[in-house]
Amino acid sequence: MVAMDLSEMEVVYQHPHALVDMYTHFCPGCTHGVAHRLVAEVLDEMALSERTIGVASVGCSVFSYNYLNIDFVQAPHGRAPAMATGVKRVLPDHIVMTYQGDGDMISIGAGEIVAAAGRGENITVIFINNANYGMTGGQMAPTTLPGMKTSSSPNGRDVEQAGYPILACELLSTQQGASYIARRSLHDPKNIRMAKKAIRLAFETQVRGLGFSMVELLSTCPTNWHMTPVKAVKWLEEKMIPYYPLGDYKVHPTISELKV
Amino acid sequence: MQNETVIAGFGGQGVLFLGKVMAYAALFEDLKVTWFPSYGPEMRGGTANCTVVISDEEIGSPQVKNPKAIVVMNRPSLDKYEHMVAPGGYLVINTSMVNRKATRTDIHVLEIPSVELAEELGDKRLANTIILGALNEKAKFLKKESLLKGLEESLSHGKKDLLEINKKAMEKGAAYITTQ
Amino acid sequence: MARELWKGNEAFAEAAVRAGLQAYFGYPITPQTEALEYLSARMPELGRAFLQAESELGAINMVYGAACTGARVMTSTSSPGTSLMMEGLSYIAATEVPMVLVDVVRGGPGLGTIQPSQGDYNQIVHGGGHGDYHCIVLAPSTVQEAVDQVYEIFDLAEKYRSIGVILLDGTIGQMIEPAEMPPMREIRKEIPEWAVRGGTGSNKRVLTSVHLVPEDMEVLDLRLIKKWQEVEKNEVRFTEYYMDDAKIAVVGFGTAGRIALSAVRTARALGIPVGLIRPISLSPFPYQAIKEAAAQVDHILVVEMNSGMMLEDVMKVVKDSTNVEFYGRMGGIMPFPDEILSEIQRIASGTTPSDIHPRDRWLKRMESVVDF
Repeated sequence: MVAMDLSEMEVVYQHPHALVDMYTHFCPGCTHGVAHRLVAEVLDEMALSERTIGVASVGCSVFSYNYLNIDFVQAPHGRAPAMATGVKRVLPDHIVMTYQGDGDMISIGAGEIVAAAGRGENITVIFINNANYGMTGGQMAPTTLPGMKTSSSPNGRDVEQAGYPILACELLSTQQGASYIARRSLHDPKNIRMAKKAIRLAFETQVRGLGFSMVELLSTCPTNWHMTPVKAVKWLEEKMIPYYPLGDYKVHPTISELKV
Repeated sequence: MQNETVIAGFGGQGVLFLGKVMAYAALFEDLKVTWFPSYGPEMRGGTANCTVVISDEEIGSPQVKNPKAIVVMNRPSLDKYEHMVAPGGYLVINTSMVNRKATRTDIHVLEIPSVELAEELGDKRLANTIILGALNEKAKFLKKESLLKGLEESLSHGKKDLLEINKKAMEKGAAYITTQ
Repeated sequence: MARELWKGNEAFAEAAVRAGLQAYFGYPITPQTEALEYLSARMPELGRAFLQAESELGAINMVYGAACTGARVMTSTSSPGTSLMMEGLSYIAATEVPMVLVDVVRGGPGLGTIQPSQGDYNQIVHGGGHGDYHCIVLAPSTVQEAVDQVYEIFDLAEKYRSIGVILLDGTIGQMIEPAEMPPMREIRKEIPEWAVRGGTGSNKRVLTSVHLVPEDMEVLDLRLIKKWQEVEKNEVRFTEYYMDDAKIAVVGFGTAGRIALSAVRTARALGIPVGLIRPISLSPFPYQAIKEAAAQVDHILVVEMNSGMMLEDVMKVVKDSTNVEFYGRMGGIMPFPDEILSEIQRIASGTTPSDIHPRDRWLKRMESVVDF
């Protein structure tokens, strides 16, 4: 066997520095890990780790602070944008990001997220939309699709009784203070690459002081959806994307001219 | 030594302002003083009153049941407060806005047609200062110089042009009450 | 610095600025709004952070975020707003980041009145938020005390990595009194060791209140209580008036305490041997001072602008050793000194010992005062 000199080789792929090297506690097929990795890669590429402070939220997303190799604080349920505001206002030269799930951000935290967007708070929000409350066992979330069965909508979400899903990108993009609002999906490699680019642009928005940025990532929750991981990504593609159209909802002109 | 003055009227009659002039005057005399307003949710036109307690020792309660002096700028205030004046104390009635006499006989009643007197000075907004001049002339809670300095301090924020005429109003109130 | 006239709300706001306040987050609510308004001009003028939040929920969590960076940070609100902040306070207590809250108390429950009250005693002194935690709580009775306590409480909050609360009756927020401002302190330059600042690898810091392993949570809980013992040992404050030869002790804090002072003076002039104990730190509570007073006097009269919340703390140490009486006004009504004087006179003229709780006896007496 011929020994290879690794130092001679070009590194084309490696573990991001901003991602802690550890076993995941997330369920098999969950896309939180993908989202974490994309954030970590962007932090590495932009060399932001040394000046970034993350704000974790409540739900499965809370343990983002174990995976991302940056300083973190942890907010009460829904209040991450407010807490991020507090951090950003005293450390304006730092990069501040929240990492929030759908129940956290658009149900209990709807007030805080709208207020932060309206203020043009110069923070970046990574929004994981998996259409249910994952950590508590798959209850109906504001993002649960009409007709979708959850542990608290056993007969499927009845819009007559429980109303319609809240469309976060559509809502927040109406805010003047918002500078970058995009929805992406994590169901296949192509979309994952597009998601990474959106995350990059969201941080670029903050670095340039342009105001509020948010990337919604359509994500899977195989355990609570009662599906295999493969079936879950297929379901996401077929059911969620039609309801939550992918795309750029608002892009500041400076960012739309940017090549990344 | 402690004396208490309640000033009551409609919002806009300069009730809180008079209290502040007295508070500043007390400060200049190095006395202890507390100015406490009744505060309500209405921004305009409601009833307003404040209590000014002046003392030479640490002030306990910021309001008392039977103050030494009560200034009533309107009829509802007379009806509400007349019975509360401490015996031997002072009830100052703004007769321009009050259409009845006081009924108490165990107190000093000072009747001041403040608006008419103010109009003689060319500005009816001076009515409250005239009242203060009259009250202090009789009750002598504070030195006249301190009150004038209190006026100066209270009018220091962009209202300096009103200072001289207010000083005149204070003198006019004092002069009026000594002739009664 | 000479004495100047200050409105209570503006005075404590300026005192905070002089204590080196780096960030303020708040929401308008009567009767504390003047503090928010004052700081909206004052903080930007000094290049410091000010933000009017979307709600009290927003405000307390902005405070939480800023506190995690080690900044000197404060919010102020009034009772209904304090209720909304309880969630954040519990999280902040668990995370052990220092902050200061000024609660300008108004009458409740519910939206209540905007008039002064002491009805937040229980929610501030005995928790309010979930879980086992304590706040350091000081209660001023004058504008000068409000200034001095706000100036000092940042140091206490930082010393113990704790929440410092000024329980300020609406009275003190709204009144004008002469006060002397302390000197302007420099903004603190050094970052506390525990504060987040941007760090990776071995420098990474996580400030969280989640401890899903119960054994870990218990360790934190026990440590918080141990820390509180230190606070109890070092930070008890109270003041006494005419207690040397007193046979009746009136106990009241804040506004009720100063109103009682007027009554005590009059009673003394009438020859009644009565004194006053005014707790300044409500948490930690001056239990020892009350205990010693109980050994000296025949009667203790607790006076509050609530239904006897501090009364329970007094009774906890007095037990059956001394007769305890209570007088309170509620809902935004301030007692006149005469009312407290009548109580002192009633007690001095001889009361029969009773097994009935002092609150129940008071409530019965109130039937002749108020129709309810």
